[in-house]
Amino acid sequence: MSTILSVKNLSKTYDSGHQALTNINLDICQGEIIALLGPNGAGKTTLISTICGLVSPTSGTVTVDGHDIITHYRQTRELIGLVPQELTLGAFDKVWDTVNFSRGLFGMAPDPEYLTQLLKDLSLHDKRDSMLMTLSGGMKRRVLIAKALSHQPRVLFLDEPTAGVDVELRKDMWQIVEKLRASGVTIILTTHYIEEAEEIADRVGVIAGGELLLVEDKSALMEKLGKKQLRIDLRETITEVPASLAEFNLSLSDDGTSVTYTYDTRGERTGITTLLKAINDAGLGLADLQTSQSSLEDIFVNLVHTES
Amino acid sequence: MNLPAVKVIYLNEMRRFWNTLLQSLASPVISTALYFVVFGAAIGSRIEEIGGVSYGAFIVPGLMMLSLLTQSISNASFGIFFPKFTGTIYEIMSAPISFFEIVLGYVGAAATKSFIIGSIILLTASFFVELRIAHPWWMMLFFVLTCISFSLFGFIIGLWADNFEKLQLIPLLVITPLVFLGGSFYSIDMLPPLWQKITLFNPVVYLISGFRWSFFEVADVGVAWSLLMILVFLLTCLGLVWWMFKTGYKLKQ
Ligand SMILES: Nc1ncnc2c1ncn2[C@@H]1O[C@H](COP(=O)(O)OP(=O)(O)O)[C@@H](O)[C@H]1O
Ligand SMILES: [Mg+2]
Repeated sequence: MSTILSVKNLSKTYDSGHQALTNINLDICQGEIIALLGPNGAGKTTLISTICGLVSPTSGTVTVDGHDIITHYRQTRELIGLVPQELTLGAFDKVWDTVNFSRGLFGMAPDPEYLTQLLKDLSLHDKRDSMLMTLSGGMKRRVLIAKALSHQPRVLFLDEPTAGVDVELRKDMWQIVEKLRASGVTIILTTHYIEEAEEIADRVGVIAGGELLLVEDKSALMEKLGKKQLRIDLRETITEVPASLAEFNLSLSDDGTSVTYTYDTRGERTGITTLLKAINDAGLGLADLQTSQSSLEDIFVNLVHTES
Repeated sequence: MNLPAVKVIYLNEMRRFWNTLLQSLASPVISTALYFVVFGAAIGSRIEEIGGVSYGAFIVPGLMMLSLLTQSISNASFGIFFPKFTGTIYEIMSAPISFFEIVLGYVGAAATKSFIIGSIILLTASFFVELRIAHPWWMMLFFVLTCISFSLFGFIIGLWADNFEKLQLIPLLVITPLVFLGGSFYSIDMLPPLWQKITLFNPVVYLISGFRWSFFEVADVGVAWSLLMILVFLLTCLGLVWWMFKTGYKLKQ
């Protein structure tokens, strides 16, 4: 797959002195869906805004379809659609007028047929003559999406598209994304919901404190996230794990009073039953059992730790 | 050149004007009529002719300038301030459009509105006084250049202002006094000699003088000076806008 978007050594320090992005490197392939996952203040919006031309980079380069976003901004921006995080819409414009405005702004000749279909797809058609300020939050979000798609972009940025929207719209949104993917549009979305990334993304980038900590295929990341740990406290202290338990890859605690077993919750079988039986057969007594799952937070913490 | 973008910005700005057409036109017509009742008929009848022109007619160019300046500035500054204020400017900043095209759309629309309002005032005035226009082409030139350059100036104010107070500040504190002291309602000759000199530092004097000359061939300063002055102002504003967009002034972090 060819690269559509390439971010190289990108850093951003705001005038306030706050460094919001530190040396970001990211290549995005044509047609893929990538989710940028990170807590509030991680720098997700800053990254997107820089690529779209709303924030000037402090250093580094970004190219879209091979064109530099600063020297060839016309070529790059024509390819990009942006759905901002905030519901920024004029109050007195009508839905139909505002999507036509967006299309023109991006240099495209009017195309009422395409825009009518777009509004229908987004369940906005019967609101086409409504004034924007009369719309609900969810409807406004749809209008922002319609505006971003009005010029048929090849790359779509969705900045927290489902933050604070109802379940129905979230489902719709995922469907829309699926449809866009089928038509070959590359999608970059930010979220702090792991399920959202899981549902729709091909790859997931984890960003925290302005650093892109990792970018992995969704399945690889989910495997990490899907892992659970079972801690088994023993009645007696042991110095090493008995050879008969070698296949379970147990890790022994420093004080020798407990072992930890890692398993995949989504596997067909967890292996817990056989493990417990094997421990019993090895003549070890169980004092207590405890399971824990690494949350997204844990992963962030881990990643930040290993980075530094 | 992204012409579709210029077109949609222009039409979008004009739509506000048409939507509030009655308001947009009623206020200049009414205020012009009031000026004529007060200055033209009531007071003007006791003022002698200036340079062979009746006082009522003499004030028409100044009156037009007064409206052109205030309308151009308020329309253009509001036009760009509002999207900045609501945040919808993100779309313009992320569109494949150059600073020149943005300016063409916004300033073009504001200048058009001023031109329409100025024409309405001229028309209204012609019902009250007998008007002759000695140099129609010069008149048109000053008329159009004023609409454009002061819309540009308003655009700059709209970019610069980050709250509503600032938006009102310059028109109120700078423009209105300059226009009133710039000979809209009197000839510079009527002032004491010292004030005549001081007044020459007021750029609006050159505007009004040149514009009035195109009507009645009476002027306070040479018409070439008037033209030069407005061109310098226009280019200064253009340069300033160019710099603002180049540096992302208050538009980009
Ligand atoms: N205009 C700005 N000026 C100064 N700091 C900013 C500005 N915008 C964002 N920041 C800071 O940069 C960091 C990243 O913000 P942002 O990119 O919005 O994060 P996210 O979208 O991941 O929540 C935050 O600490 C935020 O406070
Ligand atoms: Mg954000």
